[in-house]
Amino acid sequence: MIQEKLWQRFTFAERLSRFAVFLGFAVALALSMRTVQIIPEFLYDAPTQVADLLGRMWPMDFDYYPQGVHATMMETLHIASLGTLLSIFMAVPVGILGANNIVRQPLLHWLSKLILVSSRSVNTLVWALLFVAVFGPGALAGTICIAFRSVGFVGKLFAEALEECNPGPIEALQAAGAPWLSLFLKGYWPQVAPAFWGIFLFRWDINVRESAVIGLVGAGGIGMVLDDALNLFFWDRVAVILLSIFTVVIVAELLVTAIRKRII
Amino acid sequence: MSTSPQQPEQPARSLQVDRLTKEYVAGKPILSNISFEVSGRSSVAIIGPSGTGKSTLIRCVNKLIPPTSGNIYVSGENITVLHGARLRRARRKIGMVFQEFNLVERLTVMENVLCGRLGYVSSLRAWLRRYPQRDIEMAFSLLESIGLLDFTRQRADSLSGGQRQRVGIARAIMQEPHVLLADEPTSSLDPKTSVEIMELLVSLTETHQIPLLINIHDVELAKRFTNRVIGIARGGIVFDGPPAELSNDHLKDIYGGENWLQ
Repeated sequence: MIQEKLWQRFTFAERLSRFAVFLGFAVALALSMRTVQIIPEFLYDAPTQVADLLGRMWPMDFDYYPQGVHATMMETLHIASLGTLLSIFMAVPVGILGANNIVRQPLLHWLSKLILVSSRSVNTLVWALLFVAVFGPGALAGTICIAFRSVGFVGKLFAEALEECNPGPIEALQAAGAPWLSLFLKGYWPQVAPAFWGIFLFRWDINVRESAVIGLVGAGGIGMVLDDALNLFFWDRVAVILLSIFTVVIVAELLVTAIRKRII
Repeated sequence: MSTSPQQPEQPARSLQVDRLTKEYVAGKPILSNISFEVSGRSSVAIIGPSGTGKSTLIRCVNKLIPPTSGNIYVSGENITVLHGARLRRARRKIGMVFQEFNLVERLTVMENVLCGRLGYVSSLRAWLRRYPQRDIEMAFSLLESIGLLDFTRQRADSLSGGQRQRVGIARAIMQEPHVLLADEPTSSLDPKTSVEIMELLVSLTETHQIPLLINIHDVELAKRFTNRVIGIARGGIVFDGPPAELSNDHLKDIYGGENWLQ
Protein backbone atom coordinates (compact mmCIF):
# COMPACT_ATOMS: atom_id res chain seq x y z
CA MET A 1 0.00 0.00 0.00
CA ILE A 2 1.29 3.42 -0.94
CA GLN A 3 1.19 6.03 1.73
CA GLU A 4 -0.02 9.30 0.26
CA LYS A 5 2.13 12.16 1.42
CA LEU A 6 0.40 15.48 1.58
CA TRP A 7 2.22 18.72 1.15
CA GLN A 8 0.85 22.22 1.25
CA ARG A 9 2.86 25.40 1.00
CA PHE A 10 0.93 27.11 3.80
CA THR A 11 -0.66 25.82 6.98
CA PHE A 12 -4.34 26.47 7.58
CA ALA A 13 -3.57 29.35 9.97
CA GLU A 14 -1.24 30.89 7.40
CA ARG A 15 -3.88 30.67 4.67
CA LEU A 16 -6.42 32.26 6.94
CA SER A 17 -4.12 35.19 7.77
CA ARG A 18 -3.20 35.64 4.09
CA PHE A 19 -6.90 35.82 3.24
CA ALA A 20 -7.38 38.42 5.98
CA VAL A 21 -4.59 40.58 4.52
CA PHE A 22 -6.12 40.44 1.00
CA LEU A 23 -9.53 41.28 2.42
CA GLY A 24 -7.98 44.25 4.20
CA PHE A 25 -6.50 45.55 0.93
CA ALA A 26 -9.83 45.20 -0.85
CA VAL A 27 -11.67 47.10 1.86
CA ALA A 28 -9.02 49.86 1.87
CA LEU A 29 -9.30 50.21 -1.91
CA ALA A 30 -13.10 50.42 -1.79
CA LEU A 31 -13.04 53.02 0.98
CA SER A 32 -10.50 55.24 -0.75
CA MET A 33 -12.40 55.08 -4.06
CA ARG A 34 -15.45 56.45 -2.27
CA THR A 35 -13.45 59.30 -0.72
CA VAL A 36 -11.71 60.31 -3.94
CA GLN A 37 -15.06 60.39 -5.83
CA ILE A 38 -13.83 60.00 -9.37
CA ILE A 39 -16.14 61.82 -11.74
CA PRO A 40 -16.29 59.74 -14.95
CA GLU A 41 -17.02 62.71 -17.21
CA PHE A 42 -13.69 64.32 -16.24
CA LEU A 43 -11.87 61.10 -17.09
CA TYR A 44 -13.47 60.77 -20.52
CA ASP A 45 -12.71 64.42 -21.15
CA ALA A 46 -8.98 64.13 -20.38
CA PRO A 47 -7.66 63.37 -23.91
CA THR A 48 -9.42 66.46 -25.32
CA GLN A 49 -8.02 68.60 -22.54
CA VAL A 50 -4.48 67.33 -23.11
CA ALA A 51 -4.75 67.96 -26.86
CA ASP A 52 -6.02 71.49 -26.17
CA LEU A 53 -3.16 72.18 -23.74
CA LEU A 54 -0.54 70.92 -26.18
CA GLY A 55 -2.13 73.12 -28.88
CA ARG A 56 -1.68 76.18 -26.71
CA MET A 57 1.92 75.23 -25.90
CA TRP A 58 2.88 74.89 -29.53
CA PRO A 59 4.73 76.71 -31.04
CA MET A 60 7.02 77.33 -28.06
CA ASP A 61 8.14 80.86 -27.34
CA PHE A 62 11.87 80.19 -27.69
CA ASP A 63 12.65 83.90 -27.70
CA TYR A 64 11.53 83.99 -24.11
CA TYR A 65 14.49 81.79 -22.99
CA PRO A 66 17.23 84.49 -23.21
CA GLN A 67 14.86 87.18 -21.91
CA GLY A 68 13.35 85.56 -18.85
CA VAL A 69 14.41 81.96 -18.35
CA HIS A 70 18.20 81.80 -18.62
CA ALA A 71 19.02 83.99 -15.62
CA THR A 72 16.60 82.12 -13.36
CA MET A 73 17.91 78.79 -14.61
CA MET A 74 21.40 79.84 -13.55
CA GLU A 75 19.97 80.94 -10.21
CA THR A 76 18.37 77.52 -9.83
CA LEU A 77 21.71 75.80 -10.41
CA HIS A 78 23.40 78.10 -7.92
CA ILE A 79 20.72 77.41 -5.31
CA ALA A 80 21.20 73.67 -5.81
CA SER A 81 25.01 73.79 -5.64
CA LEU A 82 25.33 76.21 -2.75
CA GLY A 83 22.55 74.45 -0.83
CA THR A 84 24.25 71.08 -1.27
CA LEU A 85 27.60 72.49 -0.16
CA LEU A 86 26.01 74.06 2.91
CA SER A 87 24.24 70.83 3.77
CA ILE A 88 27.55 68.93 3.65
CA PHE A 89 29.03 71.21 6.32
CA MET A 90 26.06 70.58 8.57
CA ALA A 91 25.69 66.87 7.73
CA VAL A 92 29.27 65.72 8.40
CA PRO A 93 29.25 66.45 12.16
CA VAL A 94 25.70 65.16 12.50
CA GLY A 95 26.62 62.00 10.59
CA ILE A 96 29.64 61.39 12.81
CA LEU A 97 27.48 61.81 15.91
CA GLY A 98 25.03 59.31 14.45
CA ALA A 99 27.56 56.56 13.64
CA ASN A 100 27.41 54.11 16.52
CA ASN A 101 30.93 52.77 15.94
CA ILE A 102 32.46 56.22 16.43
CA VAL A 103 30.35 57.94 19.06
CA ARG A 104 29.14 55.71 21.85
CA GLN A 105 27.06 58.28 23.73
CA PRO A 106 23.36 57.33 23.45
CA LEU A 107 22.33 60.92 24.09
CA LEU A 108 24.36 62.21 21.13
CA HIS A 109 22.92 59.45 18.92
CA TRP A 110 19.50 60.51 19.89
CA LEU A 111 20.29 64.14 19.10
CA SER A 112 21.70 63.18 15.69
CA LYS A 113 18.66 61.00 14.90
CA LEU A 114 16.37 63.87 15.87
CA ILE A 115 18.13 66.31 13.53
CA LEU A 116 18.25 63.84 10.65
CA VAL A 117 14.62 62.77 10.97
CA SER A 118 13.23 66.28 11.36
CA SER A 119 15.17 67.41 8.29
CA ARG A 120 13.79 64.57 6.19
CA SER A 121 10.23 64.45 7.47
CA VAL A 122 9.49 68.00 6.28
CA ASN A 123 8.92 68.29 2.55
CA THR A 124 11.10 70.64 0.51
CA LEU A 125 8.13 72.87 -0.33
CA VAL A 126 7.24 73.18 3.36
CA TRP A 127 10.84 74.08 4.23
CA ALA A 128 10.69 76.64 1.40
CA LEU A 129 7.47 78.21 2.74
CA LEU A 130 9.10 78.41 6.17
CA PHE A 131 12.26 80.16 4.95
CA VAL A 132 10.39 82.46 2.61
CA ALA A 133 8.53 83.61 5.71
CA VAL A 134 11.84 84.10 7.55
CA PHE A 135 14.09 85.61 4.86
CA GLY A 136 11.52 86.89 2.41
CA PRO A 137 11.12 85.57 -1.14
CA GLY A 138 14.26 84.93 -3.18
CA ALA A 139 17.30 82.77 -3.68
CA LEU A 140 18.53 82.98 -0.07
CA ALA A 141 15.39 81.30 1.25
CA GLY A 142 15.75 78.68 -1.48
CA THR A 143 19.39 77.93 -0.70
CA ILE A 144 18.75 77.53 3.03
CA CYS A 145 15.71 75.40 2.30
CA ILE A 146 17.68 73.05 0.04
CA ALA A 147 20.46 72.84 2.63
CA PHE A 148 18.10 71.98 5.49
CA ARG A 149 16.24 69.39 3.48
CA SER A 150 19.50 67.73 2.36
CA VAL A 151 21.07 67.44 5.82
CA GLY A 152 18.85 64.50 6.73
CA PHE A 153 19.62 62.64 3.53
CA VAL A 154 23.37 63.28 3.43
CA GLY A 155 23.82 62.84 7.19
CA LYS A 156 22.00 59.53 7.31
CA LEU A 157 23.88 58.01 4.37
CA PHE A 158 27.20 59.34 5.68
CA ALA A 159 26.54 57.80 9.10
CA GLU A 160 25.70 54.48 7.46
CA ALA A 161 28.90 54.58 5.39
CA LEU A 162 30.90 55.22 8.57
CA GLU A 163 29.22 52.32 10.32
CA GLU A 164 30.17 49.99 7.48
CA CYS A 165 33.89 50.77 7.90
CA ASN A 166 36.21 47.82 8.45
CA PRO A 167 37.14 48.02 12.16
CA GLY A 168 40.53 46.31 11.59
CA PRO A 169 42.53 49.32 10.37
CA ILE A 170 40.89 51.48 13.04
CA GLU A 171 42.06 49.06 15.71
CA ALA A 172 45.56 49.11 14.23
CA LEU A 173 45.77 52.90 14.36
CA GLN A 174 44.36 52.89 17.88
CA ALA A 175 47.04 50.42 18.89
CA ALA A 176 49.63 52.83 17.44
CA GLY A 177 48.37 55.53 19.80
CA ALA A 178 46.76 57.76 17.17
CA PRO A 179 44.68 60.63 18.59
CA TRP A 180 41.00 60.76 17.68
CA LEU A 181 41.29 63.22 14.82
CA SER A 182 44.14 61.26 13.19
CA LEU A 183 42.09 58.11 13.63
CA PHE A 184 39.27 59.75 11.71
CA LEU A 185 41.46 61.27 9.00
CA LYS A 186 43.62 58.21 8.34
CA GLY A 187 41.36 55.35 9.43
CA TYR A 188 37.76 56.27 8.68
CA TRP A 189 38.03 58.92 5.97
CA PRO A 190 39.97 56.86 3.39
CA GLN A 191 37.35 54.14 3.81
CA VAL A 192 34.30 56.40 3.41
CA ALA A 193 35.65 58.90 0.87
CA PRO A 194 34.20 57.22 -2.25
CA ALA A 195 30.80 56.85 -0.57
CA PHE A 196 30.96 60.44 0.61
CA TRP A 197 31.56 61.90 -2.86
CA GLY A 198 28.92 59.58 -4.27
CA ILE A 199 26.37 60.86 -1.75
CA PHE A 200 27.38 64.46 -2.44
CA LEU A 201 26.87 64.12 -6.21
CA PHE A 202 23.64 62.17 -5.83
CA ARG A 203 22.21 64.84 -3.55
CA TRP A 204 23.30 67.61 -5.91
CA ASP A 205 21.46 65.81 -8.70
CA ILE A 206 18.30 65.63 -6.56
CA ASN A 207 18.69 69.27 -5.52
CA VAL A 208 18.82 70.48 -9.14
CA ARG A 209 15.34 68.98 -9.55
CA GLU A 210 14.03 70.23 -6.21
CA SER A 211 15.31 73.79 -6.65
CA ALA A 212 13.40 74.00 -9.93
CA VAL A 213 10.17 73.57 -7.97
CA ILE A 214 10.64 75.66 -4.83
CA GLY A 215 10.20 78.85 -6.86
CA LEU A 216 6.48 78.02 -6.95
CA VAL A 217 6.28 79.18 -3.34
CA GLY A 218 8.62 82.11 -3.92
CA ALA A 219 11.98 80.64 -2.93
CA GLY A 220 13.82 81.82 -6.05
CA GLY A 221 14.95 80.10 -9.21
CA ILE A 222 13.15 79.02 -12.35
CA GLY A 223 10.05 77.96 -10.43
CA MET A 224 9.10 81.61 -9.92
CA VAL A 225 9.08 82.24 -13.68
CA LEU A 226 7.10 79.06 -14.17
CA ASP A 227 4.57 80.21 -11.60
CA ASP A 228 4.14 83.55 -13.36
CA ALA A 229 3.74 81.95 -16.77
CA LEU A 230 1.15 79.51 -15.39
CA ASN A 231 -0.85 82.25 -13.70
CA LEU A 232 -0.87 84.37 -16.84
CA PHE A 233 -1.76 81.36 -19.09
CA PHE A 234 1.33 81.90 -21.28
CA TRP A 235 1.39 78.26 -22.27
CA ASP A 236 4.03 78.74 -24.95
CA ARG A 237 6.34 80.10 -22.26
CA VAL A 238 5.43 77.32 -19.83
CA ALA A 239 6.51 74.83 -22.52
CA VAL A 240 9.91 76.50 -22.91
CA ILE A 241 10.45 76.52 -19.15
CA LEU A 242 9.47 72.87 -18.76
CA LEU A 243 11.71 71.89 -21.66
CA SER A 244 14.70 73.72 -20.18
CA ILE A 245 14.15 72.12 -16.75
CA PHE A 246 13.94 68.73 -18.43
CA THR A 247 17.16 69.35 -20.36
CA VAL A 248 19.11 70.51 -17.31
CA VAL A 249 17.93 67.55 -15.22
CA ILE A 250 19.01 65.10 -17.90
CA VAL A 251 22.40 66.79 -18.30
CA ALA A 252 22.91 66.79 -14.50
CA GLU A 253 22.02 63.12 -14.35
CA LEU A 254 24.49 62.23 -17.12
CA LEU A 255 27.21 64.32 -15.52
CA VAL A 256 26.76 62.74 -12.10
CA THR A 257 26.74 59.22 -13.52
CA ALA A 258 29.96 59.90 -15.42
CA ILE A 259 31.74 61.36 -12.39
CA ARG A 260 30.56 58.61 -10.03
CA LYS A 261 31.99 56.00 -12.37
CA ARG A 262 35.38 57.66 -12.11
CA ILE A 263 35.31 57.93 -8.31
CA ILE A 264 34.19 54.40 -7.46
CA MET B 1 62.65 26.34 33.93
CA SER B 2 63.09 30.02 33.34
CA THR B 3 66.09 30.79 31.21
CA SER B 4 65.68 34.53 30.90
CA PRO B 5 68.81 36.25 32.11
CA GLN B 6 68.53 38.76 34.89
CA GLN B 7 69.54 42.16 33.59
CA PRO B 8 68.68 44.73 36.26
CA GLU B 9 71.10 47.25 34.78
CA GLN B 10 69.02 47.50 31.62
CA PRO B 11 65.45 48.33 32.61
CA ALA B 12 64.36 49.59 29.17
CA ARG B 13 62.36 47.57 26.64
CA SER B 14 60.58 44.95 28.61
CA LEU B 15 57.11 43.59 29.08
CA GLN B 16 55.93 42.27 32.40
CA VAL B 17 52.55 40.63 32.79
CA ASP B 18 51.63 40.35 36.44
CA ARG B 19 48.75 38.16 37.64
CA LEU B 20 46.57 39.08 34.64
CA THR B 21 42.97 37.92 34.84
CA LYS B 22 40.26 38.54 32.27
CA GLU B 23 36.60 37.64 32.66
CA TYR B 24 34.12 38.38 29.86
CA VAL B 25 31.43 36.86 32.05
CA ALA B 26 31.78 37.52 35.75
CA GLY B 27 33.05 34.45 37.62
CA LYS B 28 34.17 32.69 34.41
CA PRO B 29 37.75 33.82 33.80
CA ILE B 30 39.11 33.10 30.31
CA LEU B 31 42.57 33.96 31.63
CA SER B 32 43.47 33.71 35.29
CA ASN B 33 46.63 34.72 37.07
CA ILE B 34 48.88 34.88 34.03
CA SER B 35 52.37 36.10 34.89
CA PHE B 36 55.48 36.25 32.74
CA GLU B 37 58.17 38.63 31.67
CA VAL B 38 59.85 39.32 28.34
CA SER B 39 62.80 41.59 27.86
CA GLY B 40 65.71 42.40 25.60
CA ARG B 41 66.33 40.41 22.46
CA SER B 42 63.95 37.59 23.03
CA SER B 43 61.13 36.22 20.96
CA VAL B 44 58.34 34.44 22.76
CA ALA B 45 55.61 32.33 21.16
CA ILE B 46 52.27 31.84 22.85
CA ILE B 47 50.63 28.59 21.84
CA GLY B 48 47.35 27.04 22.89
CA PRO B 49 44.07 25.74 21.49
CA SER B 50 41.59 28.07 19.79
CA GLY B 51 39.41 29.94 22.22
CA THR B 52 41.82 29.83 25.16
CA GLY B 53 42.27 33.58 25.10
CA LYS B 54 45.58 34.02 23.29
CA SER B 55 44.17 36.98 21.39
CA THR B 56 42.62 38.31 24.57
CA LEU B 57 45.98 38.11 26.33
CA ILE B 58 47.72 40.06 23.58
CA ARG B 59 44.97 42.67 23.40
CA CYS B 60 45.09 43.12 27.16
CA VAL B 61 48.73 44.18 26.84
CA ASN B 62 47.86 47.38 24.96
CA LYS B 63 44.46 47.63 26.65
CA LEU B 64 42.47 47.24 23.43
CA ILE B 65 40.65 44.89 25.78
CA PRO B 66 40.69 46.06 29.41
CA PRO B 67 41.85 43.35 31.84
CA THR B 68 39.67 42.44 34.79
CA SER B 69 42.57 42.44 37.23
CA GLY B 70 46.33 42.28 37.32
CA ASN B 71 48.96 44.65 35.99
CA ILE B 72 50.89 45.03 32.79
CA TYR B 73 54.17 46.91 32.75
CA VAL B 74 55.81 48.06 29.54
CA SER B 75 59.35 49.14 30.33
CA GLY B 76 58.22 49.68 33.89
CA GLU B 77 55.11 51.74 33.10
CA ASN B 78 51.85 50.26 34.32
CA ILE B 79 49.47 50.24 31.33
CA THR B 80 46.40 48.96 33.14
CA VAL B 81 45.90 52.10 35.24
CA LEU B 82 46.13 54.50 32.29
CA HIS B 83 43.23 56.21 30.50
CA GLY B 84 42.64 58.71 27.72
CA ALA B 85 45.62 60.66 26.43
CA ARG B 86 48.09 58.93 28.76
CA LEU B 87 47.00 55.49 27.58
CA ARG B 88 47.31 56.73 24.01
CA ARG B 89 50.89 57.90 24.59
CA ALA B 90 51.76 54.63 26.31
CA ARG B 91 50.38 52.65 23.35
CA ARG B 92 53.07 54.15 21.14
CA LYS B 93 55.50 51.91 23.02
CA ILE B 94 53.57 48.79 22.00
CA GLY B 95 53.69 47.76 18.35
CA MET B 96 51.10 45.35 17.00
CA VAL B 97 50.91 43.10 13.95
CA PHE B 98 47.56 41.56 13.02
CA GLN B 99 46.31 38.36 11.43
CA GLU B 100 44.31 40.27 8.81
CA PHE B 101 47.12 42.85 8.36
CA ASN B 102 44.67 45.70 9.08
CA LEU B 103 46.19 48.12 6.61
CA VAL B 104 44.22 51.13 5.42
CA GLU B 105 43.48 49.70 1.99
CA ARG B 106 43.03 52.90 0.03
CA LEU B 107 46.21 54.55 1.29
CA THR B 108 49.60 53.97 -0.30
CA VAL B 109 52.24 51.66 1.15
CA MET B 110 54.25 54.69 2.31
CA GLU B 111 51.27 56.25 4.07
CA ASN B 112 50.47 52.97 5.78
CA VAL B 113 54.02 52.72 7.08
CA LEU B 114 53.89 56.35 8.25
CA CYS B 115 50.64 55.53 10.10
CA GLY B 116 52.94 53.97 12.70
CA ARG B 117 53.96 57.53 13.60
CA LEU B 118 50.41 58.83 14.15
CA GLY B 119 50.88 58.62 17.90
CA TYR B 120 53.79 61.06 17.67
CA VAL B 121 52.67 63.40 14.88
CA SER B 122 49.91 66.00 15.29
CA SER B 123 46.65 65.38 13.42
CA LEU B 124 47.19 68.55 11.40
CA ARG B 125 50.58 67.39 10.14
CA ALA B 126 49.19 63.94 9.42
CA TRP B 127 46.32 65.48 7.48
CA LEU B 128 48.65 67.68 5.43
CA ARG B 129 50.99 64.71 5.04
CA ARG B 130 53.83 66.76 6.51
CA TYR B 131 55.58 64.05 8.42
CA PRO B 132 58.97 64.97 9.93
CA GLN B 133 61.90 64.26 7.61
CA ARG B 134 63.32 61.82 10.17
CA ASP B 135 60.12 59.72 10.00
CA ILE B 136 60.20 59.70 6.22
CA GLU B 137 63.83 58.57 6.15
CA MET B 138 63.06 55.88 8.70
CA ALA B 139 60.11 54.71 6.60
CA PHE B 140 62.29 54.50 3.49
CA SER B 141 64.96 52.48 5.26
CA LEU B 142 62.33 50.12 6.70
CA LEU B 143 60.72 49.73 3.28
CA GLU B 144 64.13 48.81 1.96
CA SER B 145 64.71 46.21 4.66
CA ILE B 146 61.30 44.59 4.00
CA GLY B 147 62.04 44.64 0.26
CA LEU B 148 59.14 46.86 -0.78
CA LEU B 149 60.99 50.01 -1.79
CA ASP B 150 59.58 49.76 -5.32
CA PHE B 151 56.03 49.62 -3.97
CA THR B 152 56.16 52.90 -2.02
CA ARG B 153 53.56 54.65 -4.16
CA GLN B 154 51.26 51.67 -4.66
CA ARG B 155 47.99 51.36 -2.83
CA ALA B 156 47.90 48.76 -0.07
CA ASP B 157 44.98 46.94 -1.70
CA SER B 158 47.15 46.12 -4.72
CA LEU B 159 49.58 44.03 -2.64
CA SER B 160 49.63 40.28 -1.99
CA GLY B 161 49.03 38.88 1.48
CA GLY B 162 52.71 38.44 2.28
CA GLN B 163 53.52 41.95 1.06
CA ARG B 164 50.71 43.39 3.14
CA GLN B 165 51.97 41.69 6.26
CA ARG B 166 55.44 43.12 5.58
CA VAL B 167 53.90 46.57 5.47
CA GLY B 168 52.05 45.77 8.71
CA ILE B 169 55.33 44.83 10.36
CA ALA B 170 57.06 47.98 9.08
CA ARG B 171 54.18 50.09 10.42
CA ALA B 172 54.58 48.52 13.87
CA ILE B 173 58.37 49.00 13.89
CA MET B 174 57.85 52.67 12.92
CA GLN B 175 56.44 53.20 16.41
CA GLU B 176 59.90 52.41 17.82
CA PRO B 177 58.09 50.18 20.27
CA HIS B 178 59.38 48.70 23.50
CA VAL B 179 57.57 45.47 22.76
CA LEU B 180 56.11 44.04 19.56
CA LEU B 181 52.92 42.00 19.71
CA ALA B 182 51.93 39.76 16.82
CA ASP B 183 48.47 38.20 16.79
CA GLU B 184 48.55 35.14 14.51
CA PRO B 185 50.67 37.00 11.94
CA THR B 186 50.95 34.03 9.58
CA SER B 187 47.46 32.50 9.78
CA SER B 188 46.24 34.16 6.59
CA LEU B 189 49.35 33.21 4.61
CA ASP B 190 50.63 30.17 2.72
CA PRO B 191 53.38 28.01 4.34
CA LYS B 192 56.27 29.52 2.39
CA THR B 193 55.18 33.10 3.01
CA SER B 194 54.56 32.23 6.66
CA VAL B 195 58.19 31.21 7.08
CA GLU B 196 59.37 34.39 5.35
CA ILE B 197 57.19 36.54 7.58
CA MET B 198 58.44 34.80 10.73
CA GLU B 199 62.04 35.28 9.56
CA LEU B 200 61.37 38.96 8.95
CA LEU B 201 59.65 39.44 12.33
CA VAL B 202 62.46 37.80 14.24
CA SER B 203 65.31 39.49 12.34
CA LEU B 204 63.75 42.97 12.47
CA THR B 205 62.98 42.78 16.18
CA GLU B 206 66.49 41.51 16.83
CA THR B 207 68.19 44.32 14.93
CA HIS B 208 65.96 46.90 16.62
CA GLN B 209 66.27 45.11 19.98
CA ILE B 210 62.54 44.83 20.53
CA PRO B 211 61.15 41.98 22.62
CA LEU B 212 58.68 39.99 20.49
CA LEU B 213 55.51 38.26 21.67
CA ILE B 214 53.74 36.12 19.05
CA ASN B 215 50.42 34.33 19.19
CA ILE B 216 50.71 31.40 16.90
CA HIS B 217 48.87 28.15 16.37
CA ASP B 218 51.57 26.53 14.24
CA VAL B 219 53.74 24.76 16.84
CA GLU B 220 56.50 23.87 14.36
CA LEU B 221 56.87 27.52 13.27
CA ALA B 222 56.92 28.57 16.91
CA LYS B 223 59.67 26.08 17.79
CA ARG B 224 61.70 27.01 14.73
CA PHE B 225 61.75 30.77 15.15
CA THR B 226 61.37 31.67 18.80
CA ASN B 227 63.62 31.11 21.77
CA ARG B 228 60.87 30.67 24.31
CA VAL B 229 57.43 29.08 24.20
CA ILE B 230 54.55 29.76 26.56
CA GLY B 231 51.74 27.19 26.44
CA ILE B 232 48.31 28.31 27.58
CA ALA B 233 45.44 25.99 28.39
CA ARG B 234 42.43 26.13 30.68
CA GLY B 235 43.07 29.81 31.43
CA GLY B 236 46.58 29.42 32.77
CA ILE B 237 50.19 28.91 31.73
CA VAL B 238 50.97 25.20 31.52
CA PHE B 239 54.37 25.44 29.86
CA ASP B 240 57.06 28.11 29.84
CA GLY B 241 60.48 27.28 28.52
CA PRO B 242 62.76 26.94 25.50
CA PRO B 243 61.32 25.14 22.45
CA ALA B 244 63.69 22.19 22.90
CA GLU B 245 62.00 21.32 26.20
CA LEU B 246 58.53 21.28 24.64
CA SER B 247 57.73 17.56 24.54
CA ASN B 248 54.77 15.63 23.19
CA ASP B 249 53.54 15.27 26.76
CA HIS B 250 53.41 19.04 27.06
CA LEU B 251 51.55 19.30 23.75
CA LYS B 252 49.05 16.69 24.96
CA ASP B 253 48.56 18.75 28.07
CA ILE B 254 48.09 21.98 26.10
CA TYR B 255 45.86 20.81 23.26
CA GLY B 256 44.33 17.66 24.79
CA GLY B 257 44.04 14.28 23.07
CA GLU B 258 46.98 12.54 21.46
CA ASN B 259 45.92 11.01 18.15
CA TRP B 260 46.77 14.21 16.31
CA LEU B 261 50.41 13.95 17.37
CA GLN B 262 51.08 10.80 15.31
